[in-house]
Amino acid sequence: MPSDEVEMLRAIGLQSVDDLFADIPAAVRIPKLDLPDGLPEDVVVARVTSMLAANKTVVDMPTFLGGGSFDHFVPASVRAITARSEFYTSYTPYQPEISQGLLQALWEYQSLMCELTGMDAANTSIQGGKVFLIPRALRHHRRAVLANYLVGTGVKVREVDYDRATGMLDLGKLHEALGSDVCGVYVENPNFFGRFEEQLQEIRDATKAIFVVGVNPIAQAIVRPPGDFGADIVIGEGQPLGTPMNFGGPLLGIFACRQEHIRKMPGRVIGLTRDANGHRAFCMTLQTREQHIRREKAMSNICTNESLLAVAAATYLSVLGSNGLRRVAADNIRRARGLAASIDKISGFTAPIFRGAHFNEFVVRHKKGYPAVHRALLEKGVHGGLPLGRQLPELRDSALFATTGRHTLEAVARLLAELEAFR
Amino acid sequence: MSFRQAYWDEPLLMEKRSAPEVPIDVSELVPPKLRRVGLAIPNLAEFDVVRHFTRLSQMNFGIDTGFYPLGSCTMKFNPKFTEELAALPTVARIHPDQDEATVQGALRLLYELQGILAKIAGMDAVTLQPAAGAQGEYTGLLIASAYHRDRGETRNQVILPDTAHGTNFASAGMLGYDIVEIPSKDGRVDLKALGSAAGDKTLAFMLTNPNTLGIFEEHVLEIADVVHAAGGLLYYDGANFNAILGRTSPGKMNFDIVHFNLHKTFTTPHGGGGPGAGPVGVKKALEPFLPVPLVSLNGRGYHLDYDRPKSIGKVRAWYGNFALLVRAYAYILRMGGDGLREVSDRAVLNANYVRHRLQGVLDVPFGSLRKHEFVASAASLATKGIRTVDLAKRLMDFGYHPPTVYFPHLVEEAMMIEPTETETKETLDAFVEALTKIVGEDPDVLRSAPHNTAVRRVDEVRAAREPILSARMAKAAKPAPS
Repeated sequence: MPSDEVEMLRAIGLQSVDDLFADIPAAVRIPKLDLPDGLPEDVVVARVTSMLAANKTVVDMPTFLGGGSFDHFVPASVRAITARSEFYTSYTPYQPEISQGLLQALWEYQSLMCELTGMDAANTSIQGGKVFLIPRALRHHRRAVLANYLVGTGVKVREVDYDRATGMLDLGKLHEALGSDVCGVYVENPNFFGRFEEQLQEIRDATKAIFVVGVNPIAQAIVRPPGDFGADIVIGEGQPLGTPMNFGGPLLGIFACRQEHIRKMPGRVIGLTRDANGHRAFCMTLQTREQHIRREKAMSNICTNESLLAVAAATYLSVLGSNGLRRVAADNIRRARGLAASIDKISGFTAPIFRGAHFNEFVVRHKKGYPAVHRALLEKGVHGGLPLGRQLPELRDSALFATTGRHTLEAVARLLAELEAFR
Repeated sequence: MSFRQAYWDEPLLMEKRSAPEVPIDVSELVPPKLRRVGLAIPNLAEFDVVRHFTRLSQMNFGIDTGFYPLGSCTMKFNPKFTEELAALPTVARIHPDQDEATVQGALRLLYELQGILAKIAGMDAVTLQPAAGAQGEYTGLLIASAYHRDRGETRNQVILPDTAHGTNFASAGMLGYDIVEIPSKDGRVDLKALGSAAGDKTLAFMLTNPNTLGIFEEHVLEIADVVHAAGGLLYYDGANFNAILGRTSPGKMNFDIVHFNLHKTFTTPHGGGGPGAGPVGVKKALEPFLPVPLVSLNGRGYHLDYDRPKSIGKVRAWYGNFALLVRAYAYILRMGGDGLREVSDRAVLNANYVRHRLQGVLDVPFGSLRKHEFVASAASLATKGIRTVDLAKRLMDFGYHPPTVYFPHLVEEAMMIEPTETETKETLDAFVEALTKIVGEDPDVLRSAPHNTAVRRVDEVRAAREPILSARMAKAAKPAPS
């Protein structure tokens, strides 16, 4: 036993470390953990690296998946900043004086989200009528999570179908679904099919209910913000802003709203203020909404959130600037359009199946059904898009394909060559 | 110890001089109705952006900077090798919707971690899906509710001790459950109060053990009996797991559900507030209700099991915070069963040592022996006009992150100190000496503290009264303070 431990035990007046656990009754004690002994660092690194080597990355295998997680290029500066251990080994900035750096970075993140979304306020990330309208064409896990988070509210969801020709929300169906019991309407732009939702104004005009719009933050660079259309709340997946896919986590929940809703907003929020000397300073604010103050009446139970991803997003947006972000957004559209056109040329395939403007995803149909195509591609070391049949039975012959600036010409050529086999 | 934090009069990003915008024609790409005009994100040189955020980082305090005894948060050393592993392309560049055959390494890691965490907690099955502790609580309560419903019972009452974390109240509150708060007796659960609260409406009793006072609830088996006799479930808030590794387990204590905070006990970095990971473990009877998917192993390899008809569904997209799960898995392999037991040994030793040395400096109510943390009280300093907040602010001048303050609520002027196992005796001694010195200082020095941080005491009242949450709001409000 190291000598400082002996000294400390003596100081307390104890004989052994076991004495420190004398208050744990014998009936609940365990002799030890039933796990192997520890290993040296190099052995662990080798073992975990080797285990993970069984994964095929999107570099090993051209992959055309999106659906909420995207393989955008991340400038090395982003990781250099989030790897600053002053940031990543800190916690929630409860003590503002010693945490100004993180607080300013998070406030800048909030400001950037407001700019992208056209809202007044944003939180530093997360995770009330009777019926909330949601699109039927919605990523299935979003629907499933929503259901679990509505349990305590008494709010039910009602689905609004999409227009079979355009892939946008069916406005006729929306009007049928709207009623006095509706407290909110949620739509996405671009929507689940990658199709731009061009009817934001019409949807806003159709109802006085809370209007929530889900966005892709990169598309926002060239698309009018939901705030321009009278949205109350804007949400979105922030992973494309400088965070790798990481097999689906961590993710960054963007949440921004109009000023009138800020005192009901969930999660951590940073405010601008001043210090005792009158200098500009930042601190967490509106904490009376939060669990550590308001407990069961809190607006959410959020404690740990996704701050480091917010820092990554702020860094990513700063490195790109408006010029770079617009370039990325435009490039994504051109690439998706080009890819869709190339697929569409192959006999038997239709892409995109919905007419009109898309962002970086689109739906591909094969006349004999997509699942067989998907399996064949996998055998050839190419990963096709997300098969849609499980969620939307009418699209069982289709899949959602995505592209980003990271798809090489070779990757695209390999996909097209394999699809040719189904001509 | 003396300390002076860096201060840069660093402008806001939006105040920096932007290079001209480069017009880009998107008329072919975006329908007219949706075409954006103007995007106020400055165009800066990459080197200038890196300098901006580097300067900000220098005005921030992390575990690598210094001692961070933030009670209940377990701010311990985050090993560097796990950062390297999490950055591997085989972690970063795999898509969550990839075919199972192409992500066997990831699925195997998740499968093994499910099993390891179950063993550590004495549970039968584990979901890795929740993103952090509070989402773990929410998930656990959904599972408890589904279990009761499956047995034809409607139970909507959650019992909480007054020492419980705020998240316990908020999670139960969000789910619309009735909350019954029971007072503590000598810093422990009052069995009588629990007995009268528990009944046929009891969904669950949520308990942290050791509790937030750092006291081990030695009557935990009686507590379990009372809750189970009423038909309720016993929920283990894993925030304080760092105290009991290899000494006892929630399973052994007859808990039914447990959440882990991997960012605490298993030291994935706190990231300035996140991301974390909050897996949930359950006993056999509750396994059918776990979220989908679980990772299973069959003859063809590891796979995602969605075929779970009684599952509560999903609490977030995909499978959890994978990059954090990789770090926790690697940490556990590195420590092993023996090393994890030593973690708790040293964490508890450090806490008791600091508590012992602070005798006569601050009051520590409710007896002596503690686990990994303890709660001191500055109430006796009120006569000098000193409050806990003043001690906390002054500690920063000595290069320490303050402990958690004003929690738990049942201790007046509370200061919750959790040293963790990754601190030397020298650091602990220096901290005690600093706190001792501070208590004897001129109260005015304390009330005007901190003096050595990037900024002086921050006006939090003003921030809440006139919220300015973005550059947009700052522009609309009065001229921003400079």
